Amino acid sequence: MRQVRHRDRAAADATSADGPAGAASTEPAAVEPTSAGARLRHLLFRRHPSWVHVLIVLLCVAVGFALAVQVRQTQEDTYATMRQDDLIRLLDELSVRNRELTEEGVELRRELSELESGSSSRAAAQEAAEQQARVQGILAGALPVVGPGIELVVHDPSAQVSAPTFVTVLEELRNAGAEAIELGGQRVTASTWLGTRSGGLLVNGVEISPPYTWRAIGDPQTLAVALDIPGGALASIRGAGAAAEVRQLDRVEITSVRELEQPEWATPVPADGS
Amino acid sequence: MFAVIGLVIGIVVGIAVEPTVPSVLQPYLPIAVVAALDALFGGLRAYLDGVFDDRVFVVSFVFNVLIAALLVFLGDQLGVGAQMTTAVVVVLGIRIFSNAASIRRHVFKA
Repeated sequence: MRQVRHRDRAAADATSADGPAGAASTEPAAVEPTSAGARLRHLLFRRHPSWVHVLIVLLCVAVGFALAVQVRQTQEDTYATMRQDDLIRLLDELSVRNRELTEEGVELRRELSELESGSSSRAAAQEAAEQQARVQGILAGALPVVGPGIELVVHDPSAQVSAPTFVTVLEELRNAGAEAIELGGQRVTASTWLGTRSGGLLVNGVEISPPYTWRAIGDPQTLAVALDIPGGALASIRGAGAAAEVRQLDRVEITSVRELEQPEWATPVPADGS
Repeated sequence: MFAVIGLVIGIVVGIAVEPTVPSVLQPYLPIAVVAALDALFGGLRAYLDGVFDDRVFVVSFVFNVLIAALLVFLGDQLGVGAQMTTAVVVVLGIRIFSNAASIRRHVFKA
């Protein structure tokens, strides 16, 4: 039955295409190819569309369309085509992984904050230590310093002034709040000692000669007044037969320093006192 | 010839338009595509065998696609959707292979 229909259609197509009576069109075998190769060529190049052919072409369009859509869909969204069980399993894995990563993140953040606070406290400690070193350096006479203060010049050509008189001067200066003191180019600190020699004085074992120059950094007004009180330091210098001259200066520079020596005998008492 | 052009046009349109598949159809589209491919191969083989019939092709095409989608739908309702999809794909794959072998014998005579 199918063969019959085929032949009928082929014959009809042939007649409609070729119009009035060609010899070939009356013979169905000439139009309907017999070998597979001829059929393939016929399939590719025949020209007799009918509504079924249109339908077939439309179906092919639909298949191509669906194919492309599905391929695109699969490529862009892997999860859309997955089954519910797989999705649940995937979700479980994801949530477990998520929890692990969250814990790791918390841990790392904690570590980071520890490190940050550690470094900031270390920086603070270092700054405090530097501040401390500055203060200690000034107090111990290890750093050159500058600031307002006084200059006291003692003219004593005959070397009448003795060490105790200068100790009095030193005590007066300290009493008046002098923060850095220099005598004859020698930095005067807590361990400085004064001695008398013929024709001059000894400061820390270094000989100095008149005229003696004191430089002290502190409040100039206070220092000058302290030296000048009746019966005080300047009075005893003048009493010893020397001339003293005090100048208040806005800027006194003390460049001499003392080498700090390691304490040989003294060590700090342990902090807990035991 | 027109069928091949139609296929190409469909692919091009599908790529160009970028439509979204409705989520209701999403599980069935791949199966429908495979069934349609099977029908195409079957049609080509029938043509080369000399037993091609337009009506049979159209009907079998539509029917195959519907049956495949229906089977998967049924499988989903019964809770064996994944297995059913696999089964349908396997069967259609076997058919495509045998049809392709037949076509190959016709075209390459081997």
